[in-house]
Amino acid sequence: MQFSLSSSPHNRVRRDTASVMRAVCYACIPGIMAQLWFFGWGVLIQLILAIATAVVTEAGIMKLRKRAAKHVLSDYSAVLTALLLAVSIPPLAPWWLIVIGTFFSIAIVKQLYGGLGFNMFNPAMGGYVMLLISFPLAMTMWVPVQNMAIYPYDFADALSVIFTGFSVSGYDMTQLRLGVDGVTQATPLDAVRSSLLLGETYSEALQASIFNSDSGFAYGWSWVALAYLAGGLFLLWRKIISWHMPLSMLAGVIVTAAILNMLMPDATGGILFHLLSGAVLFGAFFIVTDPVSGSTTPKGRIIFGVLIGFWTVVIRTFGGYPDAVAFAVLLMNIAVPLIDYYTQPRTYGARS
Amino acid sequence: MEAFAKIDILERVDGSAVVEAIKAGRLHNFPGGVHPPEAKLLSNQAPIASMPVPKTLYIPLKQHSGMQGSLIVAVGDRVKKGQALTHSSHPFAVPVHASTSGIITDITEHPSAHASGLPETTIVLKPDGAEDWHIMPPFENYRTVEPITLIERICDAGISGLGGAGFPTHIKTQHNHDVECLIINGIECEPYISSDDRIMREHAWQIKQGIDILRYLVNPKAIIIAVESNKPEAFDALKTACGSDASITMASIPTKYPAGGEKQLIQALTGHEVPRSGLPMDIGCMMFNVGTCFAIADAIIYGKALVQRVVTLTGEALKAPQNVWALLGTPMADLLAFAQYQPAKQKRHKVIMGGPMMGFTVTNDNVPVVKITNCVLVPAADELPDIDDEKPCIRCGYCTDVCPAGLLPQQLYWYSKAKDFAKAEEYALADCIECGACAYVCPSEIPLVQYYRQAKAEIKAQLDEQQKSEKAKQRFEQRQARLEAEKHAREEKHRKAAEARKAAMENNGGDAKAKIAAALARAKAKKQQAAKANDAGTPDNNDESSE
Repeated sequence: MQFSLSSSPHNRVRRDTASVMRAVCYACIPGIMAQLWFFGWGVLIQLILAIATAVVTEAGIMKLRKRAAKHVLSDYSAVLTALLLAVSIPPLAPWWLIVIGTFFSIAIVKQLYGGLGFNMFNPAMGGYVMLLISFPLAMTMWVPVQNMAIYPYDFADALSVIFTGFSVSGYDMTQLRLGVDGVTQATPLDAVRSSLLLGETYSEALQASIFNSDSGFAYGWSWVALAYLAGGLFLLWRKIISWHMPLSMLAGVIVTAAILNMLMPDATGGILFHLLSGAVLFGAFFIVTDPVSGSTTPKGRIIFGVLIGFWTVVIRTFGGYPDAVAFAVLLMNIAVPLIDYYTQPRTYGARS
Repeated sequence: MEAFAKIDILERVDGSAVVEAIKAGRLHNFPGGVHPPEAKLLSNQAPIASMPVPKTLYIPLKQHSGMQGSLIVAVGDRVKKGQALTHSSHPFAVPVHASTSGIITDITEHPSAHASGLPETTIVLKPDGAEDWHIMPPFENYRTVEPITLIERICDAGISGLGGAGFPTHIKTQHNHDVECLIINGIECEPYISSDDRIMREHAWQIKQGIDILRYLVNPKAIIIAVESNKPEAFDALKTACGSDASITMASIPTKYPAGGEKQLIQALTGHEVPRSGLPMDIGCMMFNVGTCFAIADAIIYGKALVQRVVTLTGEALKAPQNVWALLGTPMADLLAFAQYQPAKQKRHKVIMGGPMMGFTVTNDNVPVVKITNCVLVPAADELPDIDDEKPCIRCGYCTDVCPAGLLPQQLYWYSKAKDFAKAEEYALADCIECGACAYVCPSEIPLVQYYRQAKAEIKAQLDEQQKSEKAKQRFEQRQARLEAEKHAREEKHRKAAEARKAAMENNGGDAKAKIAAALARAKAKKQQAAKANDAGTPDNNDESSE
């Protein structure tokens, strides 16, 4: 009797790439729910647009490359990229923004480099930075937290604004962005940034209506950040991601913010402000942990994370854009081969 | 390769300090490792069974890592059980023996118990059913026997490591000084396998006898028996057998694959690492498997050669999984029949020799049990997944986290796949122990170990090729030099001959001139005489020359 042959090991953990990607998608659910709650239906529509664009783009490229589209799509990496990009852009941004961004992420940043596993840059962040540089105005048109808005919108309004620019009742973005106090609402990072540019101190900046307290906690915004933290902790608990990168990025943010805050307390945000506003918590658990474009050695992961945290705060403080997680991630993506090369672990039995 | 060629002697182990630490409950850890489903209960519940003698035995000449011995029997010979069939003519050769009495019907090429299944010279033995033993003179009182005699016996009994690697045991036992730790390996970390578990439970006393012989031979400062924490019965049995012996220390090692790897166990017990491309002896450690200890006692105290071993028959496609005493040379078909193989439970008919992590699939059911066969695993269709859906590496680094050798498996994979062997070696491919932990956790289902094996084989082939061409070059250069030298010598000879001729010419040259001159003078004189005779009154004008 002849037997069939295979190579050892003959057993493996039944956790494949697709289940890892799906787990990360699921871990985004608390954050997405919080965004829906505070910023309305726009988030959902952007998600659907992004995922549809990603799937169509990837399938099309697979067709061009003469590969089986189903096999590639079933790894869920395109869906995850789309999801991460969709939650990063303003909920009521025009439809073409997310379509262009997602297409760029999948077609240029991921597939032109050879597809999953070969892309040098984080696809979602590549797409985000392209949008930010090309369409700076559209990318800053965030709506206020909905129960602080003069004109809260519903699902039909969201569809209408995204596709036509006007809500069902005829409001445009300028009106939709007004807060109850009649002032156009910005993101917390924007708010602090513009007051600092106006020559105010950091503590004066925190008097803006979107902040609850002097600590830098912004109602809605910070809750969303904490919801992503919850999802991130789930990933840590399920051992989908290792602690190295998220914790070292947070450490990088805390240390850099602490030092800058000590050196120039009036001109820069505090630790809590940096942690809870913008994409820091989301980035630490969902962006920095992208394995493909990140460092893979144990020491390298820590260096990679710390430096992303460092650059985030530095660029936020001295750079031209309010948030900087995306820039910091792309910067460090470039450094990955170098980091990996110089952080090879010591092998068993070798001298250090 | 040069980078690894230099043996890096790290600190030596201190046996008494290690024992003290173990007694105080201080064990070390080794990096990485995985916890695959153990599935040992499937086979470890019943005592080791005896099997009926198979109709035919296939005994390969080489069943260990080393060289095969030279044949000393011929077709048609009647042999006794335990009679040597080959003779060890080289330090690394270990003889094989007739597993039972019978007649040798053929000596032929037969599928080997190796992943390749390539045919190997094999003795075909038809048992006569008499089980007629050939016993070597037992050394019941072995302490009065010279160690070298015992070591020769261990070799003559055909003993090589029964844990899986099959290293000749007599080679290790030749070291008898500076052994700090003699480690007895009862870890058996591979899932499914329970042959060591059962032999420890049932034959702890004979294992102890084997340990005593080893102690006499290698003179260690400390003896440590290590058993994995998932085998409490085996631990207790050995503890009972060795309890009164204060010089033996029992250590229960936390269950983690591959804790039973030689390097990993040494690290877990001593906190020391075996130097790269070195041996455990370089840091004062020596390790034997429990089954090997049992076989040593058989050979020395009972005079029996190694003719059988415990084999775990397991997997959900077997109706009666269990451990058996299998004669070496028993074909798979007999084992499968004994354990009631149900082919219908498999989608693809697959039989693994060894465990699920490091075992290999056998090519057909004629493949025999050999000295390193500790397990035959026959998984049902959904028991172990078929691994054939390789996807791109996403650099997740799970493999790095579990690698017990501290390697970067994903980098080794890139370089192996790209055939960039220089880089693969730079990332220490040679230090990979092929435990399979990386491939076990890989979410992209990449058969990593297969890539490494292939790369190692190609590197070895390149190295062989290099050495061959180096040798050829040397031979060519030597030939050139020889030809040159010969030519030179020939020229020298010619030159000397010519010189000798010339010299001879010159020497004789003076004579010749004189002779010519003399001859001329004589001729002249004759002429003159003739002239005088013709004209005596005429004055002679040519007078000077004749004076």
